[in-house]
Amino acid sequence: MADHRGGVRARTAELVAAAAIAALGALVVADAYRIGIAWDLDGPQSGTFPFWTGIIMITASLVTFTFAAFGRSRVLFASSQELASVARLFVPACMFVAGVLVIGLYLPAAALVAWFMAVIGGYRLTTAALSGLAASGVIFVVFEAWFLVALPKGPVEALLGY
Amino acid sequence: MENLDALFAGFAVALVPGNLGLMVLGVMLGIVIGVLPGLGGANGIAILLPLTFAMPPVSAIIMLSCIYWGALFGGAITSILFNIPGEPWSVATTFDGYPMAQQGRAAEALTAAFTSSFVGALFAILMITAIAPLIAAFALRFGPPEFFAVMFLSFASFVGLTQGSAWKTLAAMMAGFLMACVGLDTVTGQLRLTFGSTELLRGIDFLVAVIGLFGISEIMIAMEEGLAFRGATARIDPKVVSQVWKALPRHWAIALRSCVIGCWMGVTPAGATPASFMSYGMARRLSKDGPTFGTGRIEGVIAPEVANNAAGVAALLPMLALGVPGSPTAAVLLGGLVMWGLQPGPMLFIEQKEFVWGLVASMYLGNLASLVVVMALVPWFAAILRIPFAIIAPLILIACAIGAFTVNNAAFDLVLMLVFGVVGYVMKKLDYPLAPMVLALVLGNRTEQSFRQSLLLSDGSLGVFFGNWLVGSIMAVGFLMLFWPMLGRLRAAVLARLSR
Repeated sequence: MADHRGGVRARTAELVAAAAIAALGALVVADAYRIGIAWDLDGPQSGTFPFWTGIIMITASLVTFTFAAFGRSRVLFASSQELASVARLFVPACMFVAGVLVIGLYLPAAALVAWFMAVIGGYRLTTAALSGLAASGVIFVVFEAWFLVALPKGPVEALLGY
Repeated sequence: MENLDALFAGFAVALVPGNLGLMVLGVMLGIVIGVLPGLGGANGIAILLPLTFAMPPVSAIIMLSCIYWGALFGGAITSILFNIPGEPWSVATTFDGYPMAQQGRAAEALTAAFTSSFVGALFAILMITAIAPLIAAFALRFGPPEFFAVMFLSFASFVGLTQGSAWKTLAAMMAGFLMACVGLDTVTGQLRLTFGSTELLRGIDFLVAVIGLFGISEIMIAMEEGLAFRGATARIDPKVVSQVWKALPRHWAIALRSCVIGCWMGVTPAGATPASFMSYGMARRLSKDGPTFGTGRIEGVIAPEVANNAAGVAALLPMLALGVPGSPTAAVLLGGLVMWGLQPGPMLFIEQKEFVWGLVASMYLGNLASLVVVMALVPWFAAILRIPFAIIAPLILIACAIGAFTVNNAAFDLVLMLVFGVVGYVMKKLDYPLAPMVLALVLGNRTEQSFRQSLLLSDGSLGVFFGNWLVGSIMAVGFLMLFWPMLGRLRAAVLARLSR
């Protein structure tokens, strides 16, 4: 990218987004066509509605793509710095979700709170860790005990008898 | 008169101590949600929806709708005090509200904002009370073609009233319809758009989409902007309140105009955000001292706040009377209705009288409660923003995750939530509107069903959508709305040619 400030340009993002939507539309149209878009005994076949919806979506995004392709703009979609701060949120969020899938919600939740407080908030490690555990405790009391909503649990909770 | 009786019966339902408690709880939660960037009305309600499954429907809707009122009121607090709109619909409030706060007139601005919010909401509730039963009674005569026409009208108005690119609105809307198609086709029993994945069999739940699109993406944007709150405190002193209240009646014309704009934009699904901008713009253009707007004029707070609350409340009118929500938050409430086992639509007014009128009565009480709570507790709510972002952000993330998980007890939905978070972030940055996508996702199945049923009636002829005057005129208005921007441009071109 030639931009001296660094980052992703709005025009690039616009083109990629429009192309992605069009591609998604093409995928949908193909699948809808496979199911059938003709008239059946019980009305239009299952593919009819998605087929035409997909066609409109492709058309709309191609128009957007064309506008963006001919537009000249040096505006940034996001600077590298901005993208980095979004990543500082998003990467831990992904790890959190991955953690929930494997070992249940409570430990990853505690870890997420602790991580944010220690790394972004600059709190001491013990404060952060204790706050994380406290947050998990509150969640447990509110959901499992009060509202009887079962959240994902893993081996550690099983050890504690849940 | 029958409606008045029903309304009083509704007050009896809403005034049960348990429901009153839920109302205050809802309002408090709503204001917190409104104050915090990253938690909006739509996803705040979506996250809390699973907690209401065990409640009776009336209590559940009272609590959830009060969260909505609270959020509509709370958005103004941070706009005025910190120049950070807690909700998109309070962006216009920052233009004059924040300068007022900087001049030391924060209490004045806040009082004006809350009072205006209340006036706007009250106007819209009165309208709902008067009109909703009539529309519902009328809609009882609707068949599938008419229902499709109403859906067509509301989606077409989205395209027509859109402020950015109509093509982007169209693309976002179609994406919503397609997401609604994922999973089992209820008519033929065929699997659609699952591409062999067993996780997609269930379809894409719109609550998960809402939590990702509105919640996760909002924290990402907050993170990108590197939130730094400057602590400003505000107390509202009774003297200022009485002063402002004495001065407010002078602005009745602005308030009335903003009420009308708000109601119109709320019923047609343009929503509270454009309503507040439009109302602010009108107030500035029609004022003698237009250029001084933005420097801390009280009219600049009144206009958007009246309009956004009127729009927010009015969005419930089509939801109640027709089952077609006017805003994403109304869509989430509609989703709640379905989960509590109620069938949204005009029959609600006949089969679930107690529910409907309990809700309407709670609107009056809930907005009154919001006004009182917000006036009394402003300093506390403003203090929430002094909790560091490093603590708030992970808690919001966890709340979103719990909300998304409990919808179907499916861990896969957490992955979907993250995907929607990224999608929402990109869409917001590129000016793709989120509301039409969410509404299309919610209404997709019913739109498609009424479309197919209509075609069955007519044996496949599209003429059924113009078969009688009723469906024909709704469709015609729909097309008018769809091509509205184009008509405007055409008119400008013709005028330009004539004047030459």
